[in-house]
This record gives sequence, C-alpha cells and structure tokens, in this order.
Amino acid sequence: MERLDIDVRRCKGCGLCVEFCPKHCLELGDGMNAIGYHPAELHKPEACTSCSLCAEVCPEAGIRVFRKKKGKP
Amino acid sequence: MSIEMAMMGKASADDRPATTCDDVECVMARPASMTDKLMHYCPGCTHGIIHRLVGEMIDEFGLLDHTVGVCPVGCSVFAYEYFQCDAIEASHGRAPAVATAVKRTDSSRFVFTYQGDGDLASIGMAETIHAAARGERITIFFVNNGIYGMTGGQMAPTSLIGQKTTTSPSGRIAETTGMPIGVCELLSSLKGVAYLARVPISSPKNINTARKYMRKAIRAQLENKGLGLVEFLSTCPVQWAMSPIAAMKHIDNTVIKTFPPGVFVDRVDPVDATSTPMPAVAHTGAEA
Repeated sequence: MERLDIDVRRCKGCGLCVEFCPKHCLELGDGMNAIGYHPAELHKPEACTSCSLCAEVCPEAGIRVFRKKKGKP
Repeated sequence: MSIEMAMMGKASADDRPATTCDDVECVMARPASMTDKLMHYCPGCTHGIIHRLVGEMIDEFGLLDHTVGVCPVGCSVFAYEYFQCDAIEASHGRAPAVATAVKRTDSSRFVFTYQGDGDLASIGMAETIHAAARGERITIFFVNNGIYGMTGGQMAPTSLIGQKTTTSPSGRIAETTGMPIGVCELLSSLKGVAYLARVPISSPKNINTARKYMRKAIRAQLENKGLGLVEFLSTCPVQWAMSPIAAMKHIDNTVIKTFPPGVFVDRVDPVDATSTPMPAVAHTGAEA
C-alpha cells in the first residue's frame, strides 16, 4: 500500500518534510518538475508509519497521507 | 523520470481518486476550501502552512458558504486565489477596516483578515488598534516574519535588534530605529479583544498548537465575544538568507526571545484554568 501521495507538480524541494520525518524515509529526488525543483520522494516506503508529520509541515499542502483502517470486524 | 513529471504539469493531484481499496483511509489531504492553484510563495515559506491551517479551520467549522476573507498587501497579496471563499483585496494595512465594514453590513458572515507584519504592524497599525479597541467581531490571522519579504527585504517594525536587512545592512539599532513592536503585548490592554495568542510555526508540534489557537480565535467571532487575533511567527528563508530548515531553527532559537509565544488574552473560555493569560509561557518546540 502506498502511504504517501506527494504532488510532484507542487513540490518546491524545500526539504521540510525530509527534515521532520521521524523515520527518515523521505528524500529529495533526482527528477525535476515543471517549475524546476527536485520534488521529495518516499525512498523507504516500508518505514513510513503514516504519522502525517510531512504533510503537516508541507508549505504547499501537497502531501496526502493514507493508512490502513483500524481493524473493526 | 523528469519528462514524466514535466508532463504532469497540468494534472491535479486532487483529481485523482482518494483511495483504491476499501480498507485504506486518507488521514491528511489538502483542505477542501483551498483551490487547486499552485502557490507563488518561495520554497519553504510558512505562508503555505498557514494557508492550509486557515483552510482546515474553514472546513472544520463548516463556514465555507458564508466566509469572507480580506487579503492584505505583501507576500500574501494573492491569498484570495488560494481559498474557495469570497475575498476582498484591501488597500495596504486597511484590512481590519474593510473587515469591519463587511461584518457590520452582514453579521451572519464569518470574516477573517490575513495580514503580514508590514501590513498590520506598520502602515495598518491605526486600523488594527482601533478595530481591537472597538471590539469588532472579526478574526485576524497575523503572519509575522520580521521583514518586508515581497519588496526586497527591508526592515519592518517587527525586525529583531541586530537583524540585517537591506535598509539596515549592519543590523537594526535600537537607538535610531526603536525596539520591535510586539503586537500581542500592545493589544492585550484593550478590552475589545476576546482572544490573543502568538505561536511559532517552527515544528509539527507548534503547528498543532496554532490550530488550537485558531479554533479559539474563530470562536471569539462566532460566539460574539470580540476580536480574535493569532500571531504566527513565520519564516522568510529567502530574505533571511537561510535554508528553510535553518529559518525554522532560527525562530526557535532567536525570534521567540523577542516575541514570546503563548496566550495573551482569552475571554472565550474565561473559566478554563488552562487558558488564563500567560504571556511569558513559551512553547519552544524543543524537538526541532
């Protein structure tokens, strides 16, 4: 399951999500987007816990966070 | 990779389906009351975070259909492009006066202003003080980054002592330019103010505190208590000549010594023991 959906169109590569990720699973990628920045990527998807701190500090409001629903029968 | 990303230039992330399977839920997304437009702010500018918080609050209170925003002059001059609600572009510093007019004309509207420090604390100081003294039922979101960002980094009334700007190249000197204006300290003596708080935007924890303060500032208006103002200590990485991360650390290490965070006035929940005025309490974001 992909836990993060980073909007590469908006990302300006400021690196705040990379800095504040407690599991260090984000990094700025090598690719370039249409506005000329290197967008952040999830490079360790298995470490992500959907804590949404990256989305909390994202100045572009460009990160969506998903998680598995809590198990209710 | 780069071509694929460039081709996505016109695509909208928010048009994509929220989830693909039933057992997955979305815990955080762009607020519905924000538009899909790309923001013009510099990389790492906290204006975007505060925009998102305003959008979240409008969503949370269900106010989108009867909100009127008043936008300032400054970096956030195009703020009206980023919110789905109606908005008015005020003359420089006159946002509280325009908001007063809107609120008095139609008191069923939720009226907020979104202002920077050059707008609110410099040219618009008279409008701000008098709106607060009259106890207008408006909510002010005050973004204080201590510099004129848009016009090229000139010294603002809220610039710190010793801060290098383009008009104080060897650092601000108190003897000739005075001390920084603490807007919360200044307004806290006025009885028309129902809620007054200052919060640094320097870590996820402080952003969550900002959310708490904004709820109360909005309730001050909705419950007809008086003026609500939240001051955000914001970064300006470009004009401070710092990286976005260093700028956030600069807020925690330096800026909060001049502008201590906390709740200054709370007449929204006066019996709530945790919300008594405490101007000296600092939420220092120690984890950053």
